[in-house]
Amino acid sequence: MSDSKYIKHNLDRDGVDRRGFLKCMAWAGTGALCVLQGGVLKSFALSDITKQKVGNLQGDLSFVQISDSHIGFNKEANPDVTATLREAIAKINALPTAPSFVLHTGDLTHLSKEAEFDTLAESLKALRTDRIFYVPGEHDVLNDNGEMFRQRFGSQAQGDGWYSFDQKGAHFIGLVNVMNLKAGGLGTLGSAQLEWLEKDVAALKSSTPVVVFAHIPLWAVYPQWGWGTDDSEQALSYLKRFGSVTVLNGHIHQTMQKVEGNVTFHTACSTAFPQPQPGQASSPGPMKVPADKLRSVLGITDVNFVRSKHTLGIVDSSLA
Amino acid sequence: MKQASLVLGIAVFAILGSVSVARPRPTLAPPADDKNSGAATVNIDNFSFGPAAVKIAAGTTVTWTNKDDVPHTVVADDKTTFKSKALDTDEQFSFTFSKPGTYHYFCSVHPKMTGEIDVQ
Repeated sequence: MSDSKYIKHNLDRDGVDRRGFLKCMAWAGTGALCVLQGGVLKSFALSDITKQKVGNLQGDLSFVQISDSHIGFNKEANPDVTATLREAIAKINALPTAPSFVLHTGDLTHLSKEAEFDTLAESLKALRTDRIFYVPGEHDVLNDNGEMFRQRFGSQAQGDGWYSFDQKGAHFIGLVNVMNLKAGGLGTLGSAQLEWLEKDVAALKSSTPVVVFAHIPLWAVYPQWGWGTDDSEQALSYLKRFGSVTVLNGHIHQTMQKVEGNVTFHTACSTAFPQPQPGQASSPGPMKVPADKLRSVLGITDVNFVRSKHTLGIVDSSLA
Repeated sequence: MKQASLVLGIAVFAILGSVSVARPRPTLAPPADDKNSGAATVNIDNFSFGPAAVKIAAGTTVTWTNKDDVPHTVVADDKTTFKSKALDTDEQFSFTFSKPGTYHYFCSVHPKMTGEIDVQ
């Protein structure tokens, strides 16, 4: 991949893109560091900052996002998804600063089977933190409307599995948009969850950094492939008054970033197999890459908050 | 002349008849209300139902086969008329359509995938 795929210093004091729309795609095989300042994203090629900048971003809070482990998948695109999950865990454990917690943004399993959930849970015990927060993907709620998932990974959740928590002054919200999907539609949050969300954030100060995480992107990445959420705009309308909103999603098995006003959107790599870029294949099915290239298209996302500076840095790294 | 061809015809029938003597007589076409009259297949491939629209007679059983690497479902739009479990690769789901009408369905995992069965 050439470095031209990255936005290196796009929002540096130019006063133009800041108000507009930035879409930055960090494709497989490399990484990008993203820094959020008052709703504005700076994005650097990882190769530019690995030595000097990462240290500057270690702040009050750091956490890691992993996604789309698809335990149980065993087809050509990756015959051993448990092994690549273990490699992701090793990568997290090797970070210079242990993360406060880990977010898993769904598709823990491929077929919602009990044994698959077992393997996932057992594997994650190797993490240096035992604080893991989950939201379900559509593969976790296949035959029982997510009952088993909630019993095991969402015991404190409400409704279909949504919840929120506070950490060092930041407010984290886990949303579920993979249930009760309608024919022809996209991801759905539903009215009960939207009502809850509106109440959940009502008492927060507008200066509170808000991090929302859900499986399917809460922005229209590529609706033709179902990569979006029908009622995400209403959810985001409740977050308009906040100075800093970060939305973390999975589902599309590749990293992608976008800034819109005060909101930074970010999608994470899968720990299992890559999917094609939007519209670059006839369907979004698992993408087969040569075995020696697989680890370069899987990865983890490391997020650092520097609260006093109101910044957030996002680093994607591959398993290679 | 007419007589001769009739004799020839009988002779030919006799020869053919001798080799197919055990074959049952052809039966009449089944009545339209027969409940087990036919079968149709739909493949789930590349995140789509193929063919997306199928026209069948009442009583036909439709069988869907998942050819993808990811699970799909076959669910009527009303979510009650028919509803499969998640189908892994090569797994099948069948449903017999006994009443005429147009049945719209989708994959509840990937709701952009839609199809229709038109029952005559």
